[in-house]
Amino acid sequence: MANMIEKPKQSLPEKLQQGATAAADWMQDSQFWTSIFRPGSIFRKGYTDSPRNRSYVIMNSVLYHLHPVKVKRHAVKVSYTLCLGGLSFFLFILLTITGIFLMFFYRPTAAAAWSDIESLHTQVSFGLLVRNMHRWGAHLMCLSVFLHMARVFYHGAYKAPREFNWVVGVILLKLTLLLSFTGYLLPWDQLSLWAVTVGTNMMGFTPVFGDQVRFVLLGGKQIGAETLLRWYVLHVLMLPFVLVIFLAIHFWRVRKDGGISGPL
Amino acid sequence: MTEIPEHLLKRSQEAKAKADGGSAPPAEAAASSDDDGETIPRSLLEQSQQEGGPATSGGGVATIAPPAMAGPSGNTHRLLTVVKSGSIQDVKANPGDKVHVWPHLLAPEFTAALFITAFTLVFSLFINAPLLELANHNATPNPSKAPWYFLGLQELLTMFDPMIAGVTIPGIVLVLLGFAPYIDRNPSNAPEDRKFAICIQTIHLMFWAVLVIIGSFFRGQGFNFTYPWDTGLHGIFHL
Ligand code: HEM
Repeated sequence: MANMIEKPKQSLPEKLQQGATAAADWMQDSQFWTSIFRPGSIFRKGYTDSPRNRSYVIMNSVLYHLHPVKVKRHAVKVSYTLCLGGLSFFLFILLTITGIFLMFFYRPTAAAAWSDIESLHTQVSFGLLVRNMHRWGAHLMCLSVFLHMARVFYHGAYKAPREFNWVVGVILLKLTLLLSFTGYLLPWDQLSLWAVTVGTNMMGFTPVFGDQVRFVLLGGKQIGAETLLRWYVLHVLMLPFVLVIFLAIHFWRVRKDGGISGPL
Repeated sequence: MTEIPEHLLKRSQEAKAKADGGSAPPAEAAASSDDDGETIPRSLLEQSQQEGGPATSGGGVATIAPPAMAGPSGNTHRLLTVVKSGSIQDVKANPGDKVHVWPHLLAPEFTAALFITAFTLVFSLFINAPLLELANHNATPNPSKAPWYFLGLQELLTMFDPMIAGVTIPGIVLVLLGFAPYIDRNPSNAPEDRKFAICIQTIHLMFWAVLVIIGSFFRGQGFNFTYPWDTGLHGIFHL
């Protein structure tokens, strides 16, 4: 009896909380967990904020492929980069995710493309929303890449030793525009068809092999079913693949060239 | 080569002899038999005098007078000098002003990623992507426009021969842009040293921006010039 008075009964929420803590402890102690989250990970048991752990967060994780452990104080100022390069990259990731979603519902044939998009609007949960995000994200990415280029220029950040990264950047700009342009055709509506017609007519003016280039890209003399398939493959596979390679070179060079450029 | 002062050598020999059980002359006798001042190398003496004597704390080298006898267990090592790090170490690598990427860079990056996702999401909730009628080769819309980022080129086509507008101008611009770092030999990145480069680039960027704006908002039927307030901006999100 005396014992009961000393130890008041635990309420259910308290018990649940204790149980949850115990379960979390067990989980974090398991070999499974510790094999995933290496020492210093913020998800590992007993993470504390110390200089050593701050280093480990980067050094012991996949992030080490992108970031060094420390950077110049100046490099973390958002007012310098305006995060435009980073935003371009995040938009690319967002576009990849939403794009994969769209691929589940889209067939690149002249007969199916348009109606697939239409039923995406009406039949698929969140279909319209995801399509919207893919579309506006693409426009935003063109804009942010353009602005990133402008900010790099105005900082003189293309000067030695970063000359080559600028060249890589110009390639990225072209790839971004091409990705956006190839995607434009895919809904196969009047907007797509004629915007791409106007755009590709310009290619025909290229001297010497303008017509040949146009023929290969369109898969014929005129935009048609062949063009749709070609541009689909370019849009979902080839251009993203090439872009990712150049992105890797771009990010690697940012580090090799001594981190981002210094203040003006 | 380290130079071991003579008096230390002598004392260590004495200590060794003593430990061996032999009867060596006492240290004092040996020391006093030497000529004064000769036991300590002149250079060291001068240095310690310059420093203001062995007891000074401000100098780089403080010498401590040798003890009269060897240690209790016959050891012959002792503290000769305390050398402060500043006087012998030349620290070349300046640690610089660096901060940890976690959390100082990752946190803003994560915030930026969240922000851009939220922005795109909210925008997409309110404004739908266009989907016009099914593509029809026989019905050319009027006006027919390229995607906005190519409208600058389409504008040029209204002004020049296609060979110039579609090939020469964009070709030259792209080559110049790509080679900009090799053309601009000015090493400075201070704005006041780069007036020319900044002017040229601003004119260039504005050139495309203005053409894109004209192409988007000031072109109506037949791609003829109109004012948006006359024809309206109904197609503004037909992007
Ligand atoms: C897909 C497009 C692109 C992505 C995702 C991207 C990403 C990035 C990122 C994340 C950085 C780090 C600094 C910052 O955020 O500003 C950077 C730096 C840089 N980018 Fe890009 N970029 C792209 C396109 C371009 C273009 C079009 C150019 C120029 C024509 C360019 C030239 C550079 C240069 C020279 C640097 C180093 C800047 C410095 O050290 O201050 N990039 N890029």
